Amino acid sequence: MTTPFVQLKNVSKTFDVSAPWLNRVIERKPQSFLHAVSDLSFDIQRGETLALVGESGCGKSTVARLIVGLYASSTGSVMIDGQDMRIALTSNNEAARALRRKVQMIFQDPYASLNPRWRVADIVAEPIRTHRLIPDGAALDKRVAKLLGYVKLTAKDGEKYPHQFSGGQRQRISIARALASNPEFLICDDPTSALDVSVQAQVLNLMKDLQREMGLTYLFISHNLQVVHHIADRVGVMYLGRVVEIGDKKEVFGAPQHPYTRMLLDAIPDLHMTGKARTPVAGEVPNPLNPPSGCAFNPRCPRKFEPCDKTRPELVNIHGRQVACFAATSAQNSATETVMTLS
Amino acid sequence: MSKALLEVKNLRIEFPNRRGLLTAVDDVSFSIAPGEVLGVVGESGAGKSLTGAAIIGLLEPPGRIASGEILLDGQRIDNLPYEAMRKIRGRQIGAIFQDPLTSLNPLYTVGRQLVETVTTHLDLSESAAKDRAVKLLEEVGIPAARERVDHYPHQFSGGMRQRVVIALALAAEPKVIIADEPTTALDVSIQAQIITLLKRLCRDHGTAVMLVTHDMGVIAETADRVAVMYAGRVVEMGPVADVIHKPQHPYTVGLMGSIPEFESDRERLIQIDGAMPRLDAIPQGCAFNPRCNKVFDMCKTSRPELMAAAASRAACWLHDSRLVRSDSRITRSESGLAR
Ligand SMILES: Nc1ncnc2c1ncn2[C@@H]1O[C@H](COP(=O)(O)OP(=O)(O)OP(=O)(O)O)[C@@H](O)[C@H]1O
Ligand SMILES: Nc1ncnc2c1ncn2[C@@H]1O[C@H](COP(=O)(O)OP(=O)(O)OP(=O)(O)O)[C@@H](O)[C@H]1O
Ligand code: SF4
Ligand code: SF4
Ligand SMILES: [Mg+2]
Ligand SMILES: [Mg+2]
Repeated sequence: MTTPFVQLKNVSKTFDVSAPWLNRVIERKPQSFLHAVSDLSFDIQRGETLALVGESGCGKSTVARLIVGLYASSTGSVMIDGQDMRIALTSNNEAARALRRKVQMIFQDPYASLNPRWRVADIVAEPIRTHRLIPDGAALDKRVAKLLGYVKLTAKDGEKYPHQFSGGQRQRISIARALASNPEFLICDDPTSALDVSVQAQVLNLMKDLQREMGLTYLFISHNLQVVHHIADRVGVMYLGRVVEIGDKKEVFGAPQHPYTRMLLDAIPDLHMTGKARTPVAGEVPNPLNPPSGCAFNPRCPRKFEPCDKTRPELVNIHGRQVACFAATSAQNSATETVMTLS
Repeated sequence: MSKALLEVKNLRIEFPNRRGLLTAVDDVSFSIAPGEVLGVVGESGAGKSLTGAAIIGLLEPPGRIASGEILLDGQRIDNLPYEAMRKIRGRQIGAIFQDPLTSLNPLYTVGRQLVETVTTHLDLSESAAKDRAVKLLEEVGIPAARERVDHYPHQFSGGMRQRVVIALALAAEPKVIIADEPTTALDVSIQAQIITLLKRLCRDHGTAVMLVTHDMGVIAETADRVAVMYAGRVVEMGPVADVIHKPQHPYTVGLMGSIPEFESDRERLIQIDGAMPRLDAIPQGCAFNPRCNKVFDMCKTSRPELMAAAASRAACWLHDSRLVRSDSRITRSESGLAR
């Protein structure tokens, strides 16, 4: 196998969320740390779409921000196309600049990521100007119009400011901007959350077309599992800052092995249930400030047994994907199980 | 049906600009009874958020209500002075906005913002208000609420911020809730929890909810009736099961067909080709006519109003009883939704 296009190795991010020093002293509060992402490793091949799913607050956006370098990782490394992202962000040589052009992100909060004082045409043109891809003039205008057209907006819309658009239109503006510099790797943090299903279908079809034509690689974060099922090649399920199951979409959705993945799939609403309630994942959402010992899912897990609250399960290869669960591995009944790191 | 708690009558919202007037919302009417959830769906840019903003009196100038009325409990509220409206907002009508960040102040802790809202509207002491703040955060599923109440918005994830905004809207137990995409950033499980919470408020307190969302699963589960908007107008309105499973307007049919499904393995999703018209270029006749696969002569000249269509109402000439066009009526099997 060739070296993966994107490679995360043992990446962790810890936030210091302590009260200010003075309050700590007066109220005798201890320092407190939040482990948003712990020891995360995965690869993405060129031209592939990896989707990350999981509970709100489990660390998906933090992973995205670590990859593009908006957060510095506490440990571990992110390699893209053979280059260390951390070095690419600080140096100014040709290769580093090229890498920065190649990696773009669509943010979760579309409005907050658009400069309110800029016209939409300038927002979309910004990456093109930053990387000096097309000089100002007719050619640039044409490119911006084309980008806006991709997301079903028009050149005329470029004259307006972000606040003059609806939520879904703003999200489309940020998609157009992310595509402006012809990226090779696009990190999409819930890119269609504000879109109605018909525009969503257009955007997803566009993303697939671009991938086919230009070999784009995607990291796709979404809560909409139907959308993930449609767009992804592989799926990673996160729980409390760790990947608990990762593998081919068909395997993970078709025959989930981790109890959390199963419960997540059961909680999907569907159109045939007018008036009925569905089953949310049972139990309390865990506290990231004080995570459960052993397997973080153990307080909510229907299959919990002895080792679960003492030892943390590592990711293990079973049934053609990787799973971190003692019950799944013991069911597999393999004395020869190989504890794998993800690479 | 009991008397409407919230009533919107012939609402029209305009934006004056250099070249004239843009009409963003045109002749929209609906009502919501106590304990009822009205789902509002539709194309991005159709006017859903503007309608919500108009109801709570937060239309941003130059946008303005050009005509129509909004009534709360039978009283007009669209012409109230700013101060009077400010008292209604929060206390009587709670709003959950589409952009969670814009409703949170980055400089204050989440707890302080909740306490402030609670004490403005309810007669509670500071410490009782703080307890209520923690309880609200627990209700919207924030783990370790007692500790996290002292954190700042930027220390929360996207979905957690959205839940804080929901907690703020519920803080003063309003009679009407305008929820604009309240669950977009939430995973399916937390989403189920929020929906259970909204339904409980409807049932126990008779709260009326206007729920704007593009998630048809959430609509199916939560709404009693659904309004479908396109280019500033309501094009279909009816009981939830009918709108989802027997859509009557060709736009609704296309909308339902675009939903990705687990069972399907298709490479491309079905899409409605083309885009919604710009506000300054809304075609004559039916605004959907350039994209409609059922279009006929009349559609290009006169605009259809809502008319009876099976158990719903739809603004589409196919349902005009004067026209004998039974051949082109949309049947359930044609819509591709017969399951
Ligand atoms: N800047 C920060 N400071 C402190 N804590 C943070 C910060 N950013 C994120 N966190 C915390 O890290 C955890 C993971 O957050 P993250 O935004 O990655 O979640 P997420 O999976 O993207 O959730 P969502 O689906 O709600 O967007 C959360 O508990 C969050 O409160
Ligand atoms: N300040 C403004 N000036 C001019 N036009 C505006 C302004 N605000 C909104 N609009 C336009 O009004 C229309 C309706 O916007 P609205 O935000 O109500 O849409 P929406 O139905 O909520 O869409 P979405 O699902 O994308 O959130 C859009 O076409 C938008 O471009
Ligand atoms: S390791 Fe144990 S607690 Fe964790 S998911 Fe597996 S069975 Fe459940
Ligand atoms: S009125 Fe005509 S154009 Fe409009 S939706 Fe009906 S058939 Fe289509
Ligand atoms: Mg996030
Ligand atoms: Mg909106």
